[in-house]
Amino acid sequence: MALLEIKNLHVSVGGKKILNGISLALNAGEVHAIMGPNGTGKSTLSNVIAGRDGYDVTEGQVLLDGQDILAMEADERARAGVFLAFQYPVEIPGVTTSAFLKTAINAKRRAEGKPEIDAMEFLKLVKAKQKLLSMPDDMIKRALNVGFSGGEKKRAEVLQMTLLEPRVAILDETDSGLDIDALKIVSEGVNTLRGPDRTFLIITHYQRLLNYIVPDHVHVLVGGRVVASGGKELAEQLEAEGYARYLSAA
Amino acid sequence: MAAKQETAAAVRSVEQYKYGFVTDIESEKAPKGLSEDIIRFISAKKNEPEWMLEWRLKAYRYWLALGDEEPKWAKLNYPKIDYQDSYYYAAPKQKLASMDEVDPKLLETYKKLGIPLAEQAVLAGVAVDAVFDSVSVATTYKKKLEEMGVIFKPISEAVHSHPELVKKYLGSVVPYTDNFFAALNSAVFTDGSFVYIPKGLRCPMELSTYFRINEKNTGQFERTLIIADEGAYVSYLEGCTAPQRDENQLHAAVVELITLDDAEIKYSTVQNWYPGDAEGKGGIYNFVTKRGACRGKNSKIMWTQVETGSAITWKYPSCILQGDNSVGEFYSVAITNNHQQADTGTKMIHLGANTRSKIISKGISAGKADNTYRGLVRIGPRADGARNYTQCDSLLIGDKCGAHTVPYIESRNPTAQTEHEATTSKISEDQLFYCQQRGMTEEEAVSLIVNGFCREVLQTLPMEFAVEAQKLVGISLEGSVG
Repeated sequence: MALLEIKNLHVSVGGKKILNGISLALNAGEVHAIMGPNGTGKSTLSNVIAGRDGYDVTEGQVLLDGQDILAMEADERARAGVFLAFQYPVEIPGVTTSAFLKTAINAKRRAEGKPEIDAMEFLKLVKAKQKLLSMPDDMIKRALNVGFSGGEKKRAEVLQMTLLEPRVAILDETDSGLDIDALKIVSEGVNTLRGPDRTFLIITHYQRLLNYIVPDHVHVLVGGRVVASGGKELAEQLEAEGYARYLSAA
Repeated sequence: MAAKQETAAAVRSVEQYKYGFVTDIESEKAPKGLSEDIIRFISAKKNEPEWMLEWRLKAYRYWLALGDEEPKWAKLNYPKIDYQDSYYYAAPKQKLASMDEVDPKLLETYKKLGIPLAEQAVLAGVAVDAVFDSVSVATTYKKKLEEMGVIFKPISEAVHSHPELVKKYLGSVVPYTDNFFAALNSAVFTDGSFVYIPKGLRCPMELSTYFRINEKNTGQFERTLIIADEGAYVSYLEGCTAPQRDENQLHAAVVELITLDDAEIKYSTVQNWYPGDAEGKGGIYNFVTKRGACRGKNSKIMWTQVETGSAITWKYPSCILQGDNSVGEFYSVAITNNHQQADTGTKMIHLGANTRSKIISKGISAGKADNTYRGLVRIGPRADGARNYTQCDSLLIGDKCGAHTVPYIESRNPTAQTEHEATTSKISEDQLFYCQQRGMTEEEAVSLIVNGFCREVLQTLPMEFAVEAQKLVGISLEGSVG
């Protein structure tokens, strides 16, 4: 059974059809990339999986371990192991990154029936992960995402991902706004999380990111449909040829 | 989703007021209603000297002359209060010599409130003057404080032991002619705390009083008087809870603070009186007059309040900055949910030269609640170089609540500077979704975001209070989103 399976998913927003029957099966241990031009429904797909309000699922299912998660609230899905690294991380004034991380970690631990994380253990854990992502120690004292640069925001997203160790990790354009050094660091952070119990759904415009996070499968999304699937060579082909042939077909 | 949460919230609101228990102790009550006889009864019960009774009677006559007319300028809506339908004196019947003799039920009550009354008080370094209805039951840590020259006792005792101090300062900051509720309090107050910190002493522990209204249909009218002599410092904590009842109860307290030269008082309140149920039934009417006078030069008074309870809050902890270079600060978090109404703020009266004041107000409104900041900054003609900074932020949760900001600035000195900043915001769907995507429930998310919004104020609270306040912020907003 696939870890995450999307079956014939149709979604509209405000009466406008965005996704037109998407089916994907993500097995544990696999990294899938979804590529496509702007406005083809990539972010809609990630938001629908994560459970954001405002999307009408008119048909289809999203199955985690074979269980449909579409009726679950966003927080229930998160505690079940679905993580979304946001394209535009949200600022939360007055809430330190540290307080936010601790609340998130404890929400997960509570769901697992574990006690709250010990303060010292928490600091140790966060420090280690920050080091991995070349983040300064004192960054967690700042209010979450407030005044963060684009690169800092994306790193903070990956930091949260490495701390929460999700089973399904969706990265929505995590590479946008990153320079080449930051891209390498973020990719390294993602790569350390790759493992047999986890699957990744990486949404991106560009092949560039996929040089560092090498996908097992690449899917081309155009007009709310998967129009092509293949191995990592498909990404290279897209880089060379662009989306033109798929756009004309759609 | 909305319907599900509303139902859950309604169930919770019935259960959630965890201090909603009643202690069954036979209490001694004066007959219902208010008259000169009742005031004489209260005074006699306290075995008060003649001057104290006279003062009460003057206050009562003044109050009568006001003709039952409460202040009308606040943005508050409540039915007419029948002052003859309340008891003005209720005391537990026993007289106690030591902690061992305290009724176990009473101690149980304190336990539920989490008050470290006996050993815990010593361990926690907190001295607690616990006011149960009207009579102070036990005062801990008294001896140690006494040795340092600190006077910390029920005001009813201070009237006997230190009449010269009480005579000199009582009513000197809030005269009984100040307002309707201050007049009422002056006539009928039954107890409260008295604190005197001698010259040059930095009180090494936080002084703390928990007020609690227990008796049915009892108004609570406590009176607190704190004096910091030259160069002294004290931090005073006040926490409030009340049992859950269907009818409304009146609470009209007066707090007076006095700082002499170079002295400082820090007064922190966490007010969690019963707010009424989700339909607006019951709850405390909280009409409180709190004011401090910085009499001496270089003195400082700092008010911090976290107001989460009460059906009605009418409260303006203020500073009169008489001494040159004196400083007044006001930090406030006021949370209103369901049908709660709060009209709260401060007055900073600059009289001396180079006086400074700072006002940080955070109002959070949810449900069908109304939340008003009302403040006055007045700069007198002699207050050369006076400065004020005011920041009022409002946060709205949902679309049926209201936030209002009513700042008055009056400057009679051209060298003074005043600044006012105000913002109004809502918790965004994006913020909620972001937090929920990280596994937090909607309620946890709201609590986290609101705590962030209030952080500047909560940071000014003493440690042990700050933790309680953070939790309260979450509890009082439960079921506010959906």
